[in-house]
Amino acid sequence: MTEPHPLPHLQVRGLNGWYGESHVLHGVDIDVHEGETVTLLGRNGAGKTSTLRAITGLLKKREGVIKLKGRDLIGLPTYQAARAGIAYVPEERGIFAGLSVAENLTLPPKVAEGGMSVAEIYRLFPNLEERRNSQGTKLSGGEQQMLAMARVLRNGARLLLLDEPTEGLAPVIVQRIGEVLRTLKASGMTILLVEQNFRFARKVADRFYVMEHGRVVDHLTAAEVPDRLASLQTQLGV
Amino acid sequence: MSIATSTPLKTANDALGIGHLVGRALIVLALLALIAAPLAVYPVFLIKILCFALFAAAFNLLVGYVGLLSFGHAAFFGGAAYITAHTVKEWGFTPELGILAGVAFAATLGLVMGFLAIRRQGIYFAMVTLALSQMVYFVFLQAPFTHSEDGIQSVPQGLLFGIIDLSKPLPLYYTVLGAFLLGMVLIWRVVNSPFGNILAAIRENEPRAISLGYEVNRYKLAAFVISAALAGLAGAVKAIAFQLASLVDVTWQMSGEVILMTLLGGIGTLLGPVVGAALVTAMEHYFAATSIPAPVLIGGCFVACVMLFRRGIVGEIRHRLKARSSR
Repeated sequence: MTEPHPLPHLQVRGLNGWYGESHVLHGVDIDVHEGETVTLLGRNGAGKTSTLRAITGLLKKREGVIKLKGRDLIGLPTYQAARAGIAYVPEERGIFAGLSVAENLTLPPKVAEGGMSVAEIYRLFPNLEERRNSQGTKLSGGEQQMLAMARVLRNGARLLLLDEPTEGLAPVIVQRIGEVLRTLKASGMTILLVEQNFRFARKVADRFYVMEHGRVVDHLTAAEVPDRLASLQTQLGV
Repeated sequence: MSIATSTPLKTANDALGIGHLVGRALIVLALLALIAAPLAVYPVFLIKILCFALFAAAFNLLVGYVGLLSFGHAAFFGGAAYITAHTVKEWGFTPELGILAGVAFAATLGLVMGFLAIRRQGIYFAMVTLALSQMVYFVFLQAPFTHSEDGIQSVPQGLLFGIIDLSKPLPLYYTVLGAFLLGMVLIWRVVNSPFGNILAAIRENEPRAISLGYEVNRYKLAAFVISAALAGLAGAVKAIAFQLASLVDVTWQMSGEVILMTLLGGIGTLLGPVVGAALVTAMEHYFAATSIPAPVLIGGCFVACVMLFRRGIVGEIRHRLKARSSR
């Protein structure tokens, strides 16, 4: 793991969030440092996805502190948070079915220098090049996931929020996504991952936060995992 | 590693290539047919079809490509007709300047109405546009320059660019055809541009487009203004062609009729609204002199469309051709 930078890439403090009247996040605290891969673990309904949605602003009713490299995001609308440098890949992937793979890739606006070119994307995801003229509806689940990831890598954002990237995918595709995450990490990308697949998360993450009922209840580094495997399995129900 | 593709690429590309060739051939044929049409059909009837076809195509740009169902497009169509008629008749504007004034009015009205309406979605958006267009209707009903129920009649057609005599049927037809083609090319260009891709993204998944970094309201508003301006072009041209601007063109029934035309032809297809407008206008025209009430027949067609081919005429043909090519 890289030495933590004094100012976290993403700092979340006392984050509360609501869906209508339902209070779903209760004072979540998270730090993600530059170049780190951090995973949010937890059972269904623990508040992992809501945390990502609150960070991006898609969960509109929220309170607390969200800072991206020191810049406060809490008052910003979602599109400005994206333009500030947050690349979000939702669980449902959100591929634009009416557009081709190539059109999906050219769609995101550039938010900073250093985004991947289409050629680089095709090197990282060779099958997307084969399918570049295919419509989003014709892609398999794995291809959709890769396109969803590839699309946000184009815009130059350096913080990647990934929600359940392996859900419903074949083991061979999960392995491929793991390789891609390691490549991105090696390139210095900061990653906040939400994952129920603990075996997958264990291979890619530097640190873990465990969530329950909208709260962070535990925090551990990758090195601490072997000693605490039994308690983790109880917490996660795996 | 790469994942096996489910469709052989070569076959798909070949089918796409043939499809494009057939499409281009059909476009050339349609252009030739439009140029030769006045030799076989009464030009004034064709002019009416072209005006409504452009109006429906403008409406379709919003509903078909952005997913915004406006129930107030008559305000732009009829409003532009009034402004063009008034500026040409009372202020002595040339036809081209009168049309330009009508389009500018429709675009400005579109900016105001769009700014207020795009904050709502679905049925609420439709209701806001309906309410605002009814306000526009009452303004035109009460304003002295519109002459209320009489409308603005005997609008002089004049000389377009000082050369083309619009009082003669054929020059008038080709002028309207030019305006129609200009509008269609603009719509085609908008739909097949990066801006059009963003509109498609907004229609398909608005939250995702926002989280990619797009301020979607700005794009919706731009599409609304373009759509309003093109609807205004259709209304302005109609006012010159028929020498009349009346309350009929600004009523909510006109907004309903353009929805009907678009649904019949096929929402989200470039040619669908043109086919729908031609069908509805032809039915109104040919059954006007008979004892069969045209609205009942049009209603019957609409019911058949909803029951049998929900994609509309062109939408259904396109769907079947696509299904055949992917087999």
